[in-house]
Amino acid sequence: MATISYKADGVFYVCCSGLFWRRAQKCTGRIYNICTNLCTDCVVGCTWEVFRVWREKYILHENDTNCVFFLAFQGEGCRTVPLSGHVGFDSLPDQLVNKSVNHGFCFNILCVGETGLGKSTLMDTLFNTKFEGDPASHSQPGVQLKSSTYDLQESNVNLKLTIVSTVGFGDQINKEDSYKPIVEFIDAQFEAYLQEELKIKRVLHNYHDTRIHACLYFIAPTGHSLKSLDLVTMKKLDSKVNIIPIIAKSDAISKSELTKFKIKITSELVSNGVQIYQFPTDDESVAEINGTMNAHLPFAVIGSTEELKIGNKMMKARQYPWGTVQVENEAHCDFVKLREMLIRVNMEDLREQTHTRHYELYRRCKLEEMGFKDTDPDSKPFSLQETYEAKRNEFLGELQKKEEAMRQMFVQRVKEKEAELKEAEKELHEKFDRLKKLHQDEKKKLEDKKKSLDDEVNAFKQRKTAAELLQSQAQQAGGSQTLKRDKERKN
Amino acid sequence: MEPQERSMEAAAVPQELPPDHGVHELFGYVGIEAVLEQMKVKTMKMGFEFNIMVVGQSGLGKSTMVNTLFKSKVSRKASQPGQEERIPKTVQLQSVTHVIEEKGVKMKLTVTDTPGFGDQINNENCWDPIIKYINEQYERYLREEILITRKRKIPDSRVHGCVYFIPPTGHWLRPLDLEFMRRLSKIVNVVPVIAKADTLTLEEREEFKQRIQRDLKAHAISVYPQEDFDEDPDDRLLNDRIREKIPFAVVGADQEHQVNGKRVLGRKTKWGIIEVENPAHCEFPMLRDLLIRSHLQDLKDITHNVHYESYRVRRLNESNRPALSSNNGLPGRDEDGDESNL
Repeated sequence: MATISYKADGVFYVCCSGLFWRRAQKCTGRIYNICTNLCTDCVVGCTWEVFRVWREKYILHENDTNCVFFLAFQGEGCRTVPLSGHVGFDSLPDQLVNKSVNHGFCFNILCVGETGLGKSTLMDTLFNTKFEGDPASHSQPGVQLKSSTYDLQESNVNLKLTIVSTVGFGDQINKEDSYKPIVEFIDAQFEAYLQEELKIKRVLHNYHDTRIHACLYFIAPTGHSLKSLDLVTMKKLDSKVNIIPIIAKSDAISKSELTKFKIKITSELVSNGVQIYQFPTDDESVAEINGTMNAHLPFAVIGSTEELKIGNKMMKARQYPWGTVQVENEAHCDFVKLREMLIRVNMEDLREQTHTRHYELYRRCKLEEMGFKDTDPDSKPFSLQETYEAKRNEFLGELQKKEEAMRQMFVQRVKEKEAELKEAEKELHEKFDRLKKLHQDEKKKLEDKKKSLDDEVNAFKQRKTAAELLQSQAQQAGGSQTLKRDKERKN
Repeated sequence: MEPQERSMEAAAVPQELPPDHGVHELFGYVGIEAVLEQMKVKTMKMGFEFNIMVVGQSGLGKSTMVNTLFKSKVSRKASQPGQEERIPKTVQLQSVTHVIEEKGVKMKLTVTDTPGFGDQINNENCWDPIIKYINEQYERYLREEILITRKRKIPDSRVHGCVYFIPPTGHWLRPLDLEFMRRLSKIVNVVPVIAKADTLTLEEREEFKQRIQRDLKAHAISVYPQEDFDEDPDDRLLNDRIREKIPFAVVGADQEHQVNGKRVLGRKTKWGIIEVENPAHCEFPMLRDLLIRSHLQDLKDITHNVHYESYRVRRLNESNRPALSSNNGLPGRDEDGDESNL
């Protein structure tokens, strides 16, 4: 079915070969190489007006199936040229795929759900293997995220699978902040990728992408409605990651209850404005199957790694006294649908959505937050770099100012200290002078005293000598007197 | 309380299990390989872009070659009546874009021609407009990439491969050839070919090739497929075989003739018909296989991962330098953004 529609902004959609819608970029209005099976006219190189007139004449209505149009690309002289032989670039998709195979794929799943809802078991069942890990306890003080990476290989495809699981979700008494670690984790992965992308020397093609591609939200099988914790968490996550809600342990719900439950859940999600991941319906090869699957959301799944013999085959199942629930039986649960959608049909789309929608949104918000903005195309582009420079200059200027201020302060302090020290010095000097004076006074006093003492000593000495002299004279005189007396006697 | 503390821990980068985990065994079919099919469908829907540049003196058969390669009239030959016969004074670059489709695979092919290259008497710096053009395309892509709101698919106008036509003198590479290839092999994938190879006999061809290879090695010119970018031993083996044959001796023709009852593309001369697609006559099939059938994606990847990245490093460092030099002459961060000699 080939239709052509024209939009007023100059962009027009052309359906090519009746198979795909292609969006032509801003076009000057020229259409090249359109041919139709209806008439022998080839309308080549005409303007849009001419084409419209021609179309009205030859195409009966919009959905005329007899028209085959070759698409027109950019309007700058871009023609579609017919090939006259086999060139060989049809191997391009194969080349691309081979390169990707050599490179390996990576896929990251985040499982959010309360403890005990069967997240690990479901992962084991989905990937048909046994991932290691112990069941978590209920006594976690906060929500943590546990992540593990595995290398899986199937035929020639190497898949680096990372499974991140919430531990302790919904176990606390106060669950207000339960969603925060999850949001922070997802943001951290985006941030890591953004940092790598903004580096000057970067290695993007070898980068291990840890961004979460799909978030499986496990809903407890109460049969009534979503818990408020679920609603709040999903609302916070819907703009950051592709959410696929699933009803866990759905063997606890009967079929009729299940339909009611699903309807209730979808209506609650819609009324709260939660955007869950819709399987893409634009590619016609998968549109049908995706469309029907979209109607079955949320999937009611059962996980089991035990194999039981049913009929004459070994199947994954859970055995109850009243019967056996087969995991891969579409009548029993939607596990097969989940596996189809998640892995076999839409894995690439999940990755693409993560990169082109969620990551771009994060990047835009983050860069705007940092102060960058796109300038209009007329003014000088390369705004990121300029803003970088401006910011850098600003930052450097600030640094310089700060340095100056610090220097000033330092100088000030030094001056103050110097003054203080000078003061102290002066004081010391004064003290010293005083002391010195005191000393001198003392010394003088002492000297005076000494002098007077000396004088006294001298005076005493003199008197002593005088006294001695006197005494010796007296003695002599006395002696001579006695001599005289003796002489007189003799006579 | 505790929750605050824990949430900080959880925001850290996830820890990987010890790498010795090895390849995990799958007990049954999961369906992971379906991702290949999904990828194929997506890329086919999006379409491919390929930009090729042909450089060489006038009269070497560039436009004919491109027409032969893509089996359609993508290039207008300068020798056709009605075209200006004047040799342009400076090297001009003319880009023509076409959309070609084969078996559901759409490709937007851009061929950039360089009339006037090497045609003047004084050919100094005739490579400058070409280098400027290539850098402009990188610049355009870089600008798109660093926008805040980016387009879903950035239009890629970067030159993925440059086919350089060597005139079939049979002697050595001329100084012009050497200069050009030396400068350009640093920023783009250069594929040298010997043009109009029907003037050389097979032995002369061999000798010419040997001399060219020696010259290239002596001047350390690394043409496509570059040795440094071989990813694994298989690649290396394959590319070694190709490297032995570089440069390919090609003949271009866009007219069909009858040979043994079949219609083949070829050149008719009095002494025989040179079949373009016959590997015994010329190496055109090898060139075509290299460029289109086997290494097209590789050309694009090397342009994107190596040449574009090195341009980006240079550009981002350049704009850092003026800011650094005004900072009291302090030495900036040690980037080894090698200032190219362009």
